Amino acid sequence: MSTKQKDASIPTLPVGALISRWIGRNLIRIYMFFAFTYLFIPVAYTFAFSFNDSGKSNLVWKGFTFDNWTNPCGAPQVCSALGNSIKIGLLATIFSTILGTMIAFAIGRHAFKGRSASNLLIFLPMATPEIVLGASLLSLLLVFQISPGFWPTVIAHVVFCMSFVVVTVKARIASLDPRLEQAAMDLYANEFETFRRVTLPLVAPGIAAAALLAFSLSFDDFIITNFNSGTMTTFPKFVYVSAARGIPAQANVIGSAMFFLALALVIIGQVVSRKRKVS
Amino acid sequence: MKKISTPYLLLLPGFAFLFTFFILPIMNLAQTSTQTRIENGDTGQYEQTLRFANYFDAFIENREQFTRSFVYALIATLLALLISYPLAYALAFKAGKFKNILLVLVIAPFFTSFLLRTVAWKQILGEEGFVVPSLRTIGIISESTTLTSTSFAVIMGMTYNFLPFMTLPLYASIDRIDPRTLEASGDLYANGFTTFRRVTLPLSMPGVVAGTLLTFIPAAGDYVNAQILGSPNTKMIGNVIESRYFRVVDYPTAAALSFTLMAAILILVTLYIRKAGTEELV
Repeated sequence: MSTKQKDASIPTLPVGALISRWIGRNLIRIYMFFAFTYLFIPVAYTFAFSFNDSGKSNLVWKGFTFDNWTNPCGAPQVCSALGNSIKIGLLATIFSTILGTMIAFAIGRHAFKGRSASNLLIFLPMATPEIVLGASLLSLLLVFQISPGFWPTVIAHVVFCMSFVVVTVKARIASLDPRLEQAAMDLYANEFETFRRVTLPLVAPGIAAAALLAFSLSFDDFIITNFNSGTMTTFPKFVYVSAARGIPAQANVIGSAMFFLALALVIIGQVVSRKRKVS
Repeated sequence: MKKISTPYLLLLPGFAFLFTFFILPIMNLAQTSTQTRIENGDTGQYEQTLRFANYFDAFIENREQFTRSFVYALIATLLALLISYPLAYALAFKAGKFKNILLVLVIAPFFTSFLLRTVAWKQILGEEGFVVPSLRTIGIISESTTLTSTSFAVIMGMTYNFLPFMTLPLYASIDRIDPRTLEASGDLYANGFTTFRRVTLPLSMPGVVAGTLLTFIPAAGDYVNAQILGSPNTKMIGNVIESRYFRVVDYPTAAALSFTLMAAILILVTLYIRKAGTEELV
């Protein structure tokens, strides 16, 4: 009797209850599915429309083609804009990583008078909206009658990338075990050797992450660049200017290629660091 | 442990740079903001007059855009927090061996250019995209309703574009929580909600503070989303500053507006950090 009741109870459970139980159990998976869909919709759209046989305006789907991928510089100016962005990005990354890492070591490794004021000075550019950073540098350029262009843009990028480098490298320094350096000293390494053979290799992943962050911030920046670049075009500026008429599909090719390149870099980085941990 | 001068020498180049290209320009901006136009002068010619009424004029004239900037930025920040918190929580506690892969996938969309993604949203939400026709078919929106050129589109664009600035700090601070504290809370007969409210949320506060700041600050000064996804009725203060610089060539007003924006944000940030009680960020 009791088994019969039990058997009967399973199919009589209403469908609605079954569904809500399934949802309850898989709530997190369902949420993740929607969240990632939301995150990837514009990326998928950009990628799909990089294959559009669109002609000049890439607004409506007209047919599939590989032409945009085989000829990424086909649209006027797109590759010179990309070249400028890469050059500015590399220079801004080099300068901001060097200057920022030095500051991170000073703040992370030394107790000195004015340390909290230094922290504040580093925080300020991050708390300033980009438009104010861009506008203020432009107004200084106007005073000294320097025309905006390539170098003013690099300088502006270094200003806002530097703080992010400091924060990233500082976090890495803070997570180091001080005993490793003490051990090096105990083994008769002098200060310089300890730094070169122990501290620097341990901080290196943080510096690499900071450099990658600086490059992507610089490469993707529009607002500050728009204020300080004058007539020079960068990739984001190119997209902004052509947005009104419709962006050529070549821009989608470059955007998608950047996406896959960065993804590959990050995955390689993960694999390398995992191998290191294992060995 | 070493010479006293070492930290100062390390700071010197970076701070000299920041002084020249950050502090000095800001001071210059303050100076520009009180200039007045030379009478009968050419466009863009101004003289130093210490006219502080510029601030008053600029604010009165653009108070609508100011209010809109802060309201939009606030809504976008709250939405980003609502979307990111469960995501960061799931990544930290529920992702298991997929943690690193999922973390990369969270950041990955942001490797595609910010502007390309915004333009993509414009086309997805536009008349020729797939969202509007399907919503019309189901009957959620009427035939005449559009999604682009609305405040909805601008706020959605900002929420989307600044999402990683929210998710990453949240993830970092939730990931640091020892899962045993959550178990302990359960052992002490707290239910899921109480555990979240009394243990998880307080422990993740540094991430919440950092994330909301890193989202709110760029959102309040942004003009790209309003430009691409909005209409003249959704103009934010960033749009006004941009057009004062490049189209109207009214540097004093632009400088006064920039300075007011910066001051307003700094005051809000200071109050917020005081209230939330975390100094970790700085």
